[in-house]
Amino acid sequence: MHGNGSSPVTDVPRSAPPPEVAEPGLEDFWRVVGEDGRVEPRDVMPDDYRASLIRQIAQHAHSEIIGMQPEGEWIGRAPSLRRKAILMAKVQDEAGHGLYLYAAAETLGVDRSELLDKLHDGRQKYSSIFNYPTLTWADIGTIGWLVDGAAIVNQVPLCRCSYGPYARAMIRVCKEESFHQRQGFEALHTLSHGTPAQHAMAQDAVNRWWWPSLMMFGPHDSGAAAGKGHTQRSMAWGIKRFSNDDLRQRFVDMTAPQADALGLTLPDPDLRWNEERGHYDFGEIDFSELYDVIKGNGPCNAERMARRRGAHEAGAWVREAASAYAAKHADRRTAGAA
Amino acid sequence: MTEQREWPLYEVFVRARRGLSHVHVGSLHAPDAEMALRNARDVYTRRQEGVSLWVIESALITASSPQEKDAFFEPAADKIYRHPTFYEIPDGVEHL
Amino acid sequence: MDVATSSVRQGYVLGLADDALVAAQRMGEWIAASPQIEEDVALGNIGLDLLGQARSLLTYAGSLETPVRTEDDLAYWRDEHEFRNVHLVERPTADYAVAMARLLVLSTYLCELYALLRSSTDGTLAAVAAKAVKEVDYHRDHAAMWVLRLGDGTDESHRRMQAALDSEWPFVDELFDSSYLNPVLLETGVAVDPTVLRSAFDRRMADVLTEATLAVPSTRPAPGGGRSGVHTDAMAPLLAELQGVARAHPGATW
Repeated sequence: MHGNGSSPVTDVPRSAPPPEVAEPGLEDFWRVVGEDGRVEPRDVMPDDYRASLIRQIAQHAHSEIIGMQPEGEWIGRAPSLRRKAILMAKVQDEAGHGLYLYAAAETLGVDRSELLDKLHDGRQKYSSIFNYPTLTWADIGTIGWLVDGAAIVNQVPLCRCSYGPYARAMIRVCKEESFHQRQGFEALHTLSHGTPAQHAMAQDAVNRWWWPSLMMFGPHDSGAAAGKGHTQRSMAWGIKRFSNDDLRQRFVDMTAPQADALGLTLPDPDLRWNEERGHYDFGEIDFSELYDVIKGNGPCNAERMARRRGAHEAGAWVREAASAYAAKHADRRTAGAA
Repeated sequence: MTEQREWPLYEVFVRARRGLSHVHVGSLHAPDAEMALRNARDVYTRRQEGVSLWVIESALITASSPQEKDAFFEPAADKIYRHPTFYEIPDGVEHL
Repeated sequence: MDVATSSVRQGYVLGLADDALVAAQRMGEWIAASPQIEEDVALGNIGLDLLGQARSLLTYAGSLETPVRTEDDLAYWRDEHEFRNVHLVERPTADYAVAMARLLVLSTYLCELYALLRSSTDGTLAAVAAKAVKEVDYHRDHAAMWVLRLGDGTDESHRRMQAALDSEWPFVDELFDSSYLNPVLLETGVAVDPTVLRSAFDRRMADVLTEATLAVPSTRPAPGGGRSGVHTDAMAPLLAELQGVARAHPGATW
């Protein structure tokens, strides 16, 4: 079975609710979703819509926060001051994106501290792509080009998802993210057109990050690997709009010509333009590596979690102090008002 | 590890320039209003000049939505975000 | 401007630039490591401001040579003894209290310095100062907010905050030492004499620390020497990290 999606990338038709009769009380919810409208925090919604969104938005937020680490490690080592400034701004934006997303999740009735607890003890996950190490400076440009590029393909459709706060957060995120992808491409272009050592560094980074980037779109939508109807349910709810394979195909079609512009090769001997389909064909993805990384056996899983937990725990006394100060001054204010 | 008194949630409103009104842009956590304002400036405006900010503890906002019929929630002085007591966040692994 | 004056001026500019550059380098370490995500964003802004000041000043310093050197030439290809920053900024930051104590000291000093440097007869320095004064005022405000909360928070935070101030204080005097300054720079109105900044600094620090229930430390000043290129043992590893990749690829552009 080919790894490439063969369906054209089209919008999923807005359709009636899933086979079961809509529960009483949820008629407005299904009407809004059917009209491509926005569900807002105080609307009645199915419990599993809420649960699924909390999990998805939280894991998206966790990904932004964990994603700060592989790039943050290179701020101190950036080889020019301009690159240092660009990287600082990018990592800072990722913190900001995490905040927008936690804020969106909280509109569903959870507290950020609960979500962080679940990240820290492994009950909630983050994107596996961040379990790979950044081995050279070229990894930084490659992440901007490929990882942010894949994230953008995933995120643009979310700007129109059915849950208002999530859609609005994604609009903010997408506006800032396109800048980052451009900067990554530019950094990589400078390397690939630089010294032979720089070119080799760039090619090596691309060789390591290409397949993990393709796996960011998740498993195939059909066949043994597909989830238990998760994609279909998510689409009926107006959260997911395109299939994993459609999005992956979109990413490959956009990225392959960019690799040519960079003068770098993508490590896939089966990658070629298919005139008949109007898309790039590409090779079979080895998902066993992805599942291994998700299970916790990726190169950096332990390190990412240790750093994250470490920062949180090391900061506990600081957060407590701020709360204590606020409590003291609230009391003083109340006392003074008498 | 959770603190005894969590940093409360604040809603943030931004007026991008003169002539416009304040618009809700999101929320953040801060220990008090002064820090909430500082954080809002950093997170939601990246310190652009001329921007006006309001922050208010989410819990202080009173909300109404005319279409609501759900009997599970307190009818009077309801909060902007629901906190259903029966709700449990599910665990378990999912494909990313 | 003759060569001698130009290199004297450059030495002064490098002192300002290197303070900002090394402070930015240390600040960058806190992004993804701070106690709260909102704080990662705030420190990112502060680090970017300091780096921006460093870049403007380094570019200017490099332009005073013939042939001209770039900001990167100066940041990545000078050796330790050519850096003119004070010791305060190069030391590692053990915990958040140290980071905030240092930021309070540095930004309070820079507020006073840049306020006067706006009137420098050197147009470039005056312009840099005019922009920087707003930025460091924000930094000072941020640091003061934290010093207040840590000083007047819990017993543990108070203890750590006092300990942090006590460990940073020996490095304060070097900021206000004018002995390295060539008198020509003061006579021509290019430079600000840092000794005149001390009383305002002391007053503002005392105000914050008193409100924070902290004691102004009385410690013996450390030996100093940063303005002459003599640094602590923290400087070599800092420069190794900052310069390593660039130096591994001489002549490359990034």
